[in-house]
Order: sequence, then structure tokens, then C-alpha cells
Amino acid sequence: MDVTDFGWLILAFPLAGMLVTSLGWRVLPGRAPGWIASGAILGAFLASIGALLELRDIPAEARNLASGEVTASAFTYAKTFGIDVNLGILVDPLAVFMCLVVTGVSFLIHVYSVSYMTSDRGFARYFAYLNFFVFSMLLLVLADNFVLLIVGWAFVGAASYLLVSFYYRRATATAAGIKAFVINVIGDVGLVIGSFLLFSETGALDYAGVFERTEAVFVTNDGTLVAACLLILVGAFAKSAQLPLHTWLPDAMEGPTPVSALIHAATMVTAGVYLIARTHPLFEQAPAAADVSAIIGTATLLFAATVALVVTDLKRVIAYSTMSQIGYMILGVSVFAYGAGLFHLMTHAFFKALLFMGAGSVIGAMGGEQSLDRMGGFRKAMPFTFVVFTIGALALAAFPLFSGFFSKDEILAFTINRGGWYVALAAIGYLAAALTAFYSFRMVFRVFFGKPVPEAESLERTPEGTGGEQAHHDPVNPATGEAEDTDVGFPGPSHQFAERERPMKFAMAPLAVLAVIGGAVGIPGVTDTLEHFLEPTFEDSSYINDHPTDGAEWAGLAFGGAISIASIALAAFIFLRRPELRVAIRERFAGVHRFLFNRWYFDELYNAAIVGPVAAAGRFGRTVVESRFVDGFLIGGTTGVVRAGSSFARAIQSGLIRAYALLLVLGVAGIALYFLIVSS
Amino acid sequence: MDVSWFVVLSAFIFCIGAGGVMTRRNPLVVLLCLELMLNAGNLALIAFDRMHGLGDGQVFALFVMVIAACEVVVGLGIIVALYRRRLPIDVDDLSELKG
Amino acid sequence: MLFEQILFFVAGIGALAGALGVVMLRNPFYSVLSLVAHLLALAVLFLLLQAQFVAAAQVVVYAGAVMVLYVFVVAYVGGSDDPLARDQSGVIGQLGPVFAGALLIELTIAVLASSLGALDTRGADLEPGYGTPAEIGELLLQRFLLPFEAASFLLLSAAVGAVVLARKRRGLEPLEDEGAG
Repeated sequence: MDVTDFGWLILAFPLAGMLVTSLGWRVLPGRAPGWIASGAILGAFLASIGALLELRDIPAEARNLASGEVTASAFTYAKTFGIDVNLGILVDPLAVFMCLVVTGVSFLIHVYSVSYMTSDRGFARYFAYLNFFVFSMLLLVLADNFVLLIVGWAFVGAASYLLVSFYYRRATATAAGIKAFVINVIGDVGLVIGSFLLFSETGALDYAGVFERTEAVFVTNDGTLVAACLLILVGAFAKSAQLPLHTWLPDAMEGPTPVSALIHAATMVTAGVYLIARTHPLFEQAPAAADVSAIIGTATLLFAATVALVVTDLKRVIAYSTMSQIGYMILGVSVFAYGAGLFHLMTHAFFKALLFMGAGSVIGAMGGEQSLDRMGGFRKAMPFTFVVFTIGALALAAFPLFSGFFSKDEILAFTINRGGWYVALAAIGYLAAALTAFYSFRMVFRVFFGKPVPEAESLERTPEGTGGEQAHHDPVNPATGEAEDTDVGFPGPSHQFAERERPMKFAMAPLAVLAVIGGAVGIPGVTDTLEHFLEPTFEDSSYINDHPTDGAEWAGLAFGGAISIASIALAAFIFLRRPELRVAIRERFAGVHRFLFNRWYFDELYNAAIVGPVAAAGRFGRTVVESRFVDGFLIGGTTGVVRAGSSFARAIQSGLIRAYALLLVLGVAGIALYFLIVSS
Repeated sequence: MDVSWFVVLSAFIFCIGAGGVMTRRNPLVVLLCLELMLNAGNLALIAFDRMHGLGDGQVFALFVMVIAACEVVVGLGIIVALYRRRLPIDVDDLSELKG
Repeated sequence: MLFEQILFFVAGIGALAGALGVVMLRNPFYSVLSLVAHLLALAVLFLLLQAQFVAAAQVVVYAGAVMVLYVFVVAYVGGSDDPLARDQSGVIGQLGPVFAGALLIELTIAVLASSLGALDTRGADLEPGYGTPAEIGELLLQRFLLPFEAASFLLLSAAVGAVVLARKRRGLEPLEDEGAG
């Protein structure tokens, strides 16, 4: 089997899974949709492994775009007027890498979801959406031209909307879904216009064509190229929730927790990073755009880290940490450290999905309650969750020898290596790393340590876990507290958590292991496996050999590790030893706290500047334009004219025979006159 | 004998008939004026036939007479029916075609 | 020649007088009689044009049968004294003669103006049998056989129509007299 055959298989499995679950949900019994969907993703994962093995058979020089060995086309979309677009896929190392990460993590999350969503009446719908999402993501990753990329991009946005507003009877959920979708569409528009600009100059829409002609057509920092790259960045930032298009990500936590694990941790938000990596020839030819990207990535990572310090909803802390870590990845690929950026993408997928799954377990035990203020002391009640959550937090905090340690600090080492003002960016990166470690363990200490809350106590007493005894008997919306019933469109009445459910443990354990040992593929100087693997894709980059020395990298790693340990120690001091310090600090810096708690007032800014005027324009349109102009003038006018004309015509039908005779004679006289004149 | 004189005479009769149709209100008289117009046509036909020398015009005139007879029959039948129903015998009042 | 011209003028004046009488006399019975006179004058004009058979048909069929039918109906329905000068319903009554006059002028111009040079005023040379019943009969049964048969069909439908129209319908009440009859 060819590499590209595996590529088609990778796409076919989730699509088949989606079709089967969505069309056959009535006849599939019990939890079958879940297992079918998981099986489909498992198939895709195995196909990815097959692709990987096949790829190794191709010599390294031939594994990239230019060779033509790793691309395949199914049929021609459009071939006209200089456009030549195929339904084609590209299965080069970058694509295979992304497929492995996406399908692997997705499979585990599917298994987790089977038990998490058991009592939900929208069970089959959920898995159909989830498979659709995975299919779209894989389509995005495997596309070999901009058109198919945009198709996958749009599908992913649609899947995200469907999944975020999964509990569609909740007003907050639907509002969040719309917000996510609207911001996604802004990104789509940017991406489409950017592709068009590229097409207009290079005349090609597929990667091979565009990238080949980039150097020939554009000078360095050519105006059009910079504009196109900035527009592509708009798309990337909307998808990856970077400033200023980030406001949708925290709200998207309204979706079920496995959705957050999959979409908002491991896959969809990394699409922006993938996009920049894939279009790297453009960014290397337009370094101005790359610099803008780096600055925004850095700003985001700092912003998100500061907000994660103060928010109290557990899932939102993790959401902001995602935003922050994606900022690191964007920084990595923007300073042309592709290997490092993608390495962090992989490790982040592992530990962030793990964190979300752990959070889902805790929230399940809490009966749907998500606020940190109400949690505490779950250490003894939920040992498994405690262990995996802590592993994830350690990886997130870049604790020495965990996976996040190697990946994050490698990015910062590369950034320092670029020299000049990039060192400032790296400094901010280290500052944010300190904050990251701090808030990660803020979560751990507040949830698992301290005085056990009633839910924890009841769990300790009955370890087999009836759990959810303390669950709110009248389910409420965790965000607004209003009551809900448990019909379709709301979460089900009972909540599952890891200690009780075998599939959840099965899903979380491999991720925990990977979070610990995942760094092994990128130990500087020892095993640069990942970088070597990805080299064929990036060999046309002029920065491929711009490598910090091993010594510099280890120095950076040591520094990062030290920061991490120090921050964790500080967090332990505040949260474990002197809990009252927490409240004291908050009161002391009340203004800062309020500013951070309100997310730097971005939402309020957008509401005032954009949403408000647009809504007002809509109201104006409805009351004035629609009712007065369209209904009154245009429609009323045309009907009035027709009515007048027809009443005039009706007046001729008087019923008087003599009048008809008169008209007849008049007509004959007229015709005779005409002939007289003509013939004379 | 100028054929054109006959045609001019026919024109006169035709226009008198047309004026009568437009002016009179008794349907019987209107029918009579229609007869006038038909006869004027006949006269023109015969005159033109005299001009050409074939017999076609005269045969045509005969057929016009046939048609006139049929039309008169039906028209008078309608007037009789109107009279039987006590409807006004006045074309201005018979205006059910009014739209 | 002279005799023909005198006869033409006499017959012409008679026809015009009859026509005017039809249009302007108030009593419909007088109008019918006026039309009969008009028809007879027309028959004379046909004779002047060498159309003997048509002239005879005119007198026998038209003046003889159709007009008798008219007389019967007028006697049955009764003519109302229909004032012409008054009761002209407004515009139509005044515009009618105007347009008719316009038509007349146009036709006359058409006939007499030099642009209608196609009128061979002398008339063609005639064969001996022109206008005789034999000639007409031959034409009817040879060249115009189809119209001849169609005309018989038309007469049949007219006859049926007359019977249907004049039938007394059962179950239909005669309407109230609406006046202005």
C-alpha cells in the first residue's frame, strides 16, 4: 500500500464513522454509537501508523512536497481560467505527524467520552459530531491545496459550533457556540482573502505551486505577500484563540468536557500552528509578518497566564492555560523553530487532554459543579484522578524531565538564539512560564489538597462510589445557576468519574505515561528524533540549520527547570502552608485582581465597540429600512403602480356596447390612416 | 361608368352604418345599421368584381348575404328572448360585460 | 351611357336616403322600411354593374325574407320611440359621428387619390355570360364548392340557434320589469 493510500484511509474511517452513527442512530443499541465512533478513530490511528511506516520506506529526500511521491489526487475540482484545483492530499512528515497526534489523542478521548456521556440522551449525536470533527481536522491537515484547506477549516469551525452548543437548550451554551462560530468565520474570511492574494500573484492554489513560485514572484517583505501572510495569520489566530480573536475559547467551555479536551486542547486550536508551519515558505519570505505573529503569540501567552491566575472556574483555568501554551507554539513557529513548536504541540496535546479529562472526572464527582471555590481535598477520595492530574500539571509546569520541560524550553532556547529583540520575547516567555507553573499547582492544591468538601467526604466513605450523592438533585447551569431539566440538550442527571469507570481510566493512563516520557523524542543533543523526522518538510527553510548549540539549549533547560521548581514551591507555600495569604493578596491587589478577573475587559471592549453598534444597526434596519423603505416604498410602490394600471385598464371595460363599437371604429380609422400615410 | 364612384358610394353607406351603430340605443336599429354596413361591403365587392371581370366577387357577395341572414336570425332571437324576460331593450342598460 | 349615369345617381341618392333614414328615424318600424328601400336601390346598383343574379337574390332573399323577419320582430317587440337627439349618453354619442366621418374621409381619399391607381375605372371586358345565374351556379358548384357546403352548415347552426333562443324555458321566472325599456 502506498503512503497516499493510507492517507485516503485516514480520511475514510472517521467519515464512515460519522455516517454510520448519524444515519443509524435509531437502530444502534445502547452505547454502540460510541464504540463504533471510537473504532473508526482507532482505524484512522492505525492507518496513520501505516502511513508512518510506509513513509520510512521512501528515502528522506523524497518525502517532501516537491518530489511528488507523497501527494495524490482523487479528482479534479475545477480546471478553468488558470485555476487548477484537485481533491488532493499530501502525506509528508508534517501531515503524518499531525495525523498521529490527532487520531491518537482523539481515540483516547472517544473512549473517555463513552463513559462520560453515558447518561446523555444526545449520545449518538455527540459521537456523530465528534467523528465529523476528527474528519474535518484530518482533511485540513492532509490537504495539499488551499481550497481543500479552507474546506477543512470551515468544517472544523462548524463542528466546533455544533459541539460547543451541544447542550443546546442552555442559553449560555448557544451564545458561546455562536461566539465561537462568528470569530471562526472572521478567521475564515482572512484565510480566504489571503489565499486569493497568493493566487492572484502566483497563479496557483496548491502548496507545491505556490511555494515554488514564492521566491520568484515576491521580493522579501513584498507588500502583497505581507498582506497575504497577515490575513493567513488572522485565520490562524481566530482558530488558535490568540489575541485579539481569543474571546471565544473560555466561553467554549460550555461544551461537554471531552469536547474541551479534544477541540480546545489538542486539535482544533493547534490548526493555526499547523497552518503557519505549513505555509512557512511564505513567512520566511515575509519576515515582517512572522515578527507580527511572534509578538502576538508572546502577548497572548502572557495575557492568558495572568488571567489563569485568578479565574475560579476549573475548566476556564485550563482553557486559559491552553491559550497560553498555544502562544508558545505560535512563538516557536514564528521564529522559524518548527521542530520545537511542533514538539510542544505534541506534548501539549498529551498533558492538556489529560488535564481536561481529569477535570471532567472531578466535575463529575462534584455533580456538575465547576467552581474552584467549592472544591477541595479530593486527594484521598479520588486517587487515580489525583495522580494523573498532577502528572499533567507537572508537565504543564515544565517540571524537569517531564515532556513539557523539554518542549517549552526548547522553544525559548531557539528564540534567544535568534538574537536581537527576540531575547525580550524569550524573557516574557520565561516570566509566563513561572506564572504557568504557579497556576497549574494552584489548581492541584485547591482541588486535591486542603479540607475535603462534602462531596469528597461522601466519596471517601463509599469508595465504590455512588458518587453524585451530593449531586444537585435539580440540575443547574453551572455558570448562571438557573434550573434546568434533563431532557435532550442538557447534560444527563448522573455524572461519571474515573474511579468508577474503566474506560476513563483506560483513556487517561496512556496519556499520563506519554506526558511523562514524551519528552524523550526531543532531548537536545541526545535524540533529535522529531526534528529529523520533520526535516523533509522544512528543508526548503533557510533557518533549518539555525540551531542553538547543545550547551545553550541545556542552559536554557536548566534555567526553565529552576523557574518551574521555584514557582511550584511558592504555590505550595501559599496554598498549603498559609491559605490565608491567598485572600490577603487578593485584597491587597484588589484592582489588579479585578482587572485580571474580568479578562482585561476584552469582552466588554468588543461588546461596546463591535457588538453594540452592529446590533443597533440591525435594529435600525428592521424598524426604519425594512418597514418604511422596503415595505412602504418599494413593495408598496410597485403594487400601487400595478394597481393603478389595472384599474385604468378596467375602466375601459365599461360594458357599454356602443363604447366598444366606438373603439373599434377608432381603431379601423387609425389603421386606415396609417396605410394612407405609408402609401403616399 | 367609373367603378370608383360605386366604391365611394359604398364608403358613404358604410360610414353611415358605423355612425348608426355607435349612436342608436335600440338593439333592433343597431342590427339594421349592421345590415347597412354589410350591404355597403357587398356593393364594394360587386364593383370590384366588375373591375376584374371574374365572377368571384359576386359569389363572395352571395355568401355575405348568407352570413348576414344567419346573423340577423340569431340576433333577433336574442332580442326576442330579451323581450320575453322583460329586460330593457336598450344597449346601454345591457352592460353585464362590465369589468 | 347617359341613361346609366342618370340611373346611377337616382339609385345612389335612393340608397343614401335609405341609409340616413335607418339611422335617423326614431320609430324602428320606419327604420325597417327605410332599409327595404335602401336594399331595392342597391339592387338597381347591382344591375348597373351587370350582376343580375345578385340583384335578384338581393331583392328576393334580403328584401324579401330577411326584412320580413325584421318586420315580424319589430311588430312583436314593439319599437320604443327612441329619441335620438336627447339621451345621447355623453361622450360616445358625440364622438361616434366624428370618428365615422373621419373614416369616411380617409376611405374617400384612398379611393379618389391618385395613389390608388390600381383602380381600373373602366372595368374589364366582360364575357357574355357574366353575371348570369348559369355563371354563378357554375362558380358555386365548381370553384366555390367548399364554401357553399360550409354556408349550408352555417345556416343549419343559425336555425338551431334561433329555435333554442326562442324556446320558452321551463322553471325560469320572468324577471321584474326594470323600466327604462
